[in-house]
Amino acid sequence: MKMDIDRIAALARIKLKAEEKEKLAADLGNILSYVEKLSSLDTENVPPTSHVLAIENVFRKDVQTPQRIIEEVLAKAPEREGDFFKVPKVVEGS
Amino acid sequence: MSAEYESVIGLEVHVQLKTKSKLFCGCPAEFGAEPNSNTCPVCLGLPGSLPVLNEQAFLYGIQIALALNCRVAGRLKFDRKNYFYPDLPKAYQISQYDQPLSSGGHLLVEMKEGQKKIGITRAHMEEDAGKLLHEGRAGSVVDYNRAGVPLMEIVSEPDIRTPDEAYAYLTALKAVLQYVGVSDCDMEKGSLRCDANVSIRPKGETRLGTKVEIKNLNSFSAVKRALQYEIARQIDAAEKGETIFQETRLWNDERALTLTMRSKEEAHDYRYFPEPDLVPFTVSSDWVEDLREDLPELPAARKERFVKDYGLSEYDASVLIQDKDLGNFFEECVTAGAPPKRASNLIQSELLGMLYERGETFHAMKTTAAGIAGLIRLVENGTISGRSAKDVLADMLETAKPAEDIVREKGLTQVSDETVIAEAAKKVIAANPKPVEDYKNGKEKSFAFLVGQVMRETKGKANPALANKVLKELLG
Repeated sequence: MKMDIDRIAALARIKLKAEEKEKLAADLGNILSYVEKLSSLDTENVPPTSHVLAIENVFRKDVQTPQRIIEEVLAKAPEREGDFFKVPKVVEGS
Repeated sequence: MSAEYESVIGLEVHVQLKTKSKLFCGCPAEFGAEPNSNTCPVCLGLPGSLPVLNEQAFLYGIQIALALNCRVAGRLKFDRKNYFYPDLPKAYQISQYDQPLSSGGHLLVEMKEGQKKIGITRAHMEEDAGKLLHEGRAGSVVDYNRAGVPLMEIVSEPDIRTPDEAYAYLTALKAVLQYVGVSDCDMEKGSLRCDANVSIRPKGETRLGTKVEIKNLNSFSAVKRALQYEIARQIDAAEKGETIFQETRLWNDERALTLTMRSKEEAHDYRYFPEPDLVPFTVSSDWVEDLREDLPELPAARKERFVKDYGLSEYDASVLIQDKDLGNFFEECVTAGAPPKRASNLIQSELLGMLYERGETFHAMKTTAAGIAGLIRLVENGTISGRSAKDVLADMLETAKPAEDIVREKGLTQVSDETVIAEAAKKVIAANPKPVEDYKNGKEKSFAFLVGQVMRETKGKANPALANKVLKELLG
């Protein structure tokens, strides 16, 4: 199975060296051909399974349960500015 | 627009559901809290946390679907939409892909040319992202209070043909959402947001042209202006033989133009897959019918009732029902004894305009429905003229006093004494020989002018019917 390793890397936001690309292409190829076996089955009249547990309709009531953990979380954030998380500049528009 | 082209528009509206807590966790969903104070491991996407669906949000979602004439799915699931952006703590948004909550609906939109049916492709549930702030900073900062807040995304069919239709669709959609009562629909707070897809094609062509998505539309009128601009830009490009690229453009309201945001050439690949942390959901038809019964009266039904029960014109009814509270106010006036047509006229031709000039909404105005009914009663029983009613209404909005008090204090009681009116009429005739002569030579317009002068002479207090009669008699 052919795939575009560069595209997958770009979508996952990771940078790969040439030798890593080669190795990953081989690994992913193996995984895909393993999974490919499934396509030999006739699934014509079988509805897709999204979940394997026979449970449905699990809800919670609309009740507020404030946690107030933000100080703890911000303390562990790579960067903060006051009570905000700070991230590299995201520019929209041109 | 150029006669040779037509535009094809589809709108995506995100509406925030007014639940107390977020879609998948118990964090407060309210607007305006301290940055990041309404967050927890679930909405921050911390490892090991698990989402659980808010039942109320789900019920609201179904009610919206029903109000938009959609089919509610018997079985549905949630999916992960994967992309990297700092406003998305988990690097995926829990949304719905191939089994949405509902699909196949429509909305009837009032246009000058008549009613138009706009299809609704689907209405599904998803969580909101956080909020990025850039201004005046070296980097960007993020507030995740909004991350995980419940939204319904309502996608229209590309049935909309003009910016005016887009505006009318949004107005009608907002009214429906307000009537269902599941969102405050406040664009300023971001609880109602709209993106537009627009393309052009030569008239008669049935295939769709290359579509451009417009974002950053902060009001319904911005949607209209942005579409007008973008359609003109696309037609211009087409006529110059330039290619229109599929891209996302941002509306810049100050400069009144759209600018390229990102090209869709490297098409977004969201790699949707079923959200394994949420179980699937089934909705029985009994459940749907129960929720349908719980729906309040919707704008279309109310309009019909206003026409039928109150004898209003289609147009008047459609203005009054556009805002749920305005419709309620009108009905309260009627309950308080005002004849429906008079109440409708006073509200539409005087009250709304005055409030607009005062920069007030009728929610916050100083008079009540009973007050308006009281004013109408004074006109009905001949105590004041229609012209004075305007002045009295203006005073009511200023002072909150009942109409009766204002009329008494200002001595506005209508003059129905023929001798007083005749005296004023004689003065007017003496002072206006030219119009008098014109009238005698058959110029009807001069008569209206003379009646106006009599009204002026009596400071608007003369009974207009009497003024007419007396003048006619005097002019023989």
